[in-house]
Amino acid sequence: MSLSLFIAFLPELVLLAGGLVLFYLTLGESRTRPARIASLLIAVATIGACVVALRAEAQLFYDAYRVDGFSQLLKLVFAAGYLFTVLLCRDFDDIRADIRPEFYLFLNLSLIGFVLLVSSVDIITLVVSLELSSFPLFLLVAMRREREGQKSQMESAMKFMMFGVGANGIMLFGLSYLFGLTGTTSLPLMIQKLQPVIDTPLAIAGLGLTMAGLFYKLAVFPFHFWTPDVYQGSSNETAGIIASLPKVGAVVVLVRVVSAAKPDSHTIAQLLTFLAIASMFYGNLVALIQRDVKRLLGFSTIAHAGYTLLGLVALDAFGYAAALYYIIGYLFMVLACFTVVSRVSHDGANVALEDLAGLHKRSPLLTATLVIGVFALAGIPPFVGFMGKFTLLTAALSKGHLALVIIAVINAAIAVYYYLRIVREAFFRDSPDGAPPVIALDWSTRVLCVLLIAGIIALGVMPSVIIDTIASSVSNLAVPLIAGR
Amino acid sequence: MTAPSTINTGLPLLSVVIFSPLVAAAGATLIGHERLLRWWTLVSTTVVAVLSLPLWWRFNPDTAAFQFREQVAWIPFLKVDYSLGIDGISLLLVLLTTLIMPLCVLASWRYITSRVKEFMICMLVMETAMIGVFCALDAILFFVFWEAMLIPMALMIGVWGGPRRVYAAIKFFIYTMAGSVFLLVALIALRLKTGSFSIEGMMGQNYPAGFQLWVFAAFFLSFAIKVPMFPFHTWLPAAHVEAPTAGSVLLASVLLKMGTYGFLRFCLPITPHATHVFAPYLLALSVIAILYGGFTALAQSDLKKLVAYSSVGHMGFATLGIFVLNASGLEGAVLVMINHGVTTGALFICVGLIYERLHTRELGEAAGIGKFVPVFSGFLGVFCLSSLAFPGTNSFIGEFLVLAGSFAHSKTLTVFVVPGVIIAAAYMFRMLQRVAWGGTNNPAHTGLKDLEFREVVTLAPLLVFVFWIGLHPQPFVRVMHATVLHLLQQAGQVIPPAAVALP
Repeated sequence: MSLSLFIAFLPELVLLAGGLVLFYLTLGESRTRPARIASLLIAVATIGACVVALRAEAQLFYDAYRVDGFSQLLKLVFAAGYLFTVLLCRDFDDIRADIRPEFYLFLNLSLIGFVLLVSSVDIITLVVSLELSSFPLFLLVAMRREREGQKSQMESAMKFMMFGVGANGIMLFGLSYLFGLTGTTSLPLMIQKLQPVIDTPLAIAGLGLTMAGLFYKLAVFPFHFWTPDVYQGSSNETAGIIASLPKVGAVVVLVRVVSAAKPDSHTIAQLLTFLAIASMFYGNLVALIQRDVKRLLGFSTIAHAGYTLLGLVALDAFGYAAALYYIIGYLFMVLACFTVVSRVSHDGANVALEDLAGLHKRSPLLTATLVIGVFALAGIPPFVGFMGKFTLLTAALSKGHLALVIIAVINAAIAVYYYLRIVREAFFRDSPDGAPPVIALDWSTRVLCVLLIAGIIALGVMPSVIIDTIASSVSNLAVPLIAGR
Repeated sequence: MTAPSTINTGLPLLSVVIFSPLVAAAGATLIGHERLLRWWTLVSTTVVAVLSLPLWWRFNPDTAAFQFREQVAWIPFLKVDYSLGIDGISLLLVLLTTLIMPLCVLASWRYITSRVKEFMICMLVMETAMIGVFCALDAILFFVFWEAMLIPMALMIGVWGGPRRVYAAIKFFIYTMAGSVFLLVALIALRLKTGSFSIEGMMGQNYPAGFQLWVFAAFFLSFAIKVPMFPFHTWLPAAHVEAPTAGSVLLASVLLKMGTYGFLRFCLPITPHATHVFAPYLLALSVIAILYGGFTALAQSDLKKLVAYSSVGHMGFATLGIFVLNASGLEGAVLVMINHGVTTGALFICVGLIYERLHTRELGEAAGIGKFVPVFSGFLGVFCLSSLAFPGTNSFIGEFLVLAGSFAHSKTLTVFVVPGVIIAAAYMFRMLQRVAWGGTNNPAHTGLKDLEFREVVTLAPLLVFVFWIGLHPQPFVRVMHATVLHLLQQAGQVIPPAAVALP
């Protein structure tokens, strides 16, 4: 019995042990390389641990922590995301040299937060792991070095942190209402006890405020405004991290919170519909005129957050599975784009659209990664972006949200234009100054590109692997587990 | 629909034909040498063409059921299957695609000099997607192929095209995408009604009238952009003119057919009521397209634009034949689709040959080259005659059947179409006359080389089909006859007993 509990908790233990190792490494001088190697090993070990623990089921820490198919699959996704981000942070010139080992430490801590988050079924653990996952990221933004013409990182970090803390506060406030209504901190119990009172203004206010905190992380309109600024102000690698991992975490918690609503809860559905429409239009329309690639991706993030809400609007297990599947696919797509941005960038500077010109000559692999990533974001089959949108649309339409679905596909068509602008620069154009330097790729970048391309295609062609697992486990999320002890 | 009555073969022939180009594309990534790459692509597309021949031999023309069926669950959660099968109409289009592909590779032999590897990979991926569209019997599988094709085509226009290639590529992409997103919504809506994405399962369901109208509207937007029908055609001249020769040929020969194929596969059998409601408007748009395409082609001085606008007119005949909703009209429409693929494909190759020699496509610059390139002029002459539907060539059969069907449907309508036939003769003869016999006061042309062996090989198969279909259309009509009758039944139209006999 204790062995199976140990296995159920193995990914967390590996990450925590890794955190200690990294902490030790940060104490010495010039330990960037050891820290990176250690991070890689930890990431691989975590993936291994997640695979071992994939089928584990357990209820830990007085039912505050639940290990089931849902949480284990997402832990595997986070572990893979961890590996990708460590591979991504290869020569991050733009981080001050003396604090690079700390960068890895904070990344690790944030990941521990995410991994704990997906298993938390008690709002206290939930809030603690949410904060553990977000606070290190605030620091990562501030770690970009200062230099001529680049002073916005502190502003970005402050913005990110102030609003992040504020959003957490709002979420806590909402949770306090829910606690007041139900008298329990256990999510499954809370969901059960909320059912009779779910249509009262107080419950809706509590749910709405709780969701607001999560919408901030997901960058849903009107909690989106930090996104482009923070992407622009942080180093390319950090922006890639912020754009990918927290989104998955936010959707996981959103699914848990929204599943408190009744399937026929009009108020919640209307709220989500409105936010989805606003996010899609705002993100896509503003992205049309961006020149900085990171800002463009920032605004497209807002639009994608809107698409993701389509799944939540459905308020059923299929919709939640669709939203999670989409955001997992998004992790791959957006990391593909940020990988290219990081590698194209000269000395860690921000990348304008024109800087991508002639990329096909400079590096075919990066071009392929970028083109596939961008077409996937645009929702073209056979990539995961299409399959994700398709499941989201099916989920929303099956609940009769026809207008929302039509608005979503119109937005998908609008978005094609700015994605094509990226393709145009990278694949159609030659760089203006003759023969540009070839970008030499080290092995870790190559591995990363191949992994991301393979992931984007495989998830798009074989979606059932993920959707089936999630859908079957999402449907019993709200059911309190009878303790396995 | 029940299970197919004939199992044509134990081998998953359609899957093999669909995915062998993709395998070849994967192989092409490993080849570094340009010459070798060209040969590799030529050989693999030829092999695919040979592989597709058993489809023709083993096809049973007596049944309207889908043949060569394959079905595997793909995404069980969403009830999406990997489901393939062909009927008489898709058989012809698949064969057209596999025939055109090697010729496109030959036509790009010298035209494409930069980034050869990417080009060849694009071509091979295109082939997979194009054949997939015609074989898919699951709506989502269809949609995946339909959309996946956009990427290689847009890249082909955007990288290897003319001066305004980027504009043309983006316009093409956005137009098509904007249309097809509504197709996706319609397909999902149908799935929610029927419970699966099977195209066959969606047919003959007797949906409520209002629902049918909306679904038809979504179908129409998507397919009309692809065809392109009159008000949605503006992407076509841009894309055709800027695309490299192979791109233009593929666009004309295969991609445009996907629009009309969509009408046949989705609109008629799934939304018969709406088809009848909208048919008069679509007929009007078709006639406008025939006249508009003709008049605009008459005014062009760019050879490629001329052929591009003539495509608008020809596709007008195809949609006209479809929506008169009788047997000769439909058979004519399918034949027009095939003929247009053969003839217009050949004309684009011819224009490409002129461009390779003169580096211009201006009609005035190309005047009078006939004297120096007699073999070329011979080919061009035949294809021009075919394009204007000269008796004895393929297009005559198709357009005659369409006109016969249209006459049976409405005499007034047909009166409006007839000028279109005359204009076709006018613009084609104008081009042929200028190019072949337009005087010899262009001294720069004296050194022109006539067609070499490779170029003759490129055009010869199409020439064969011009006369084969023109003189002996029976085999082609026979394979689709049962399918067309069945389609008409599905569209809720009584088959007229005195369907016009074949000439």
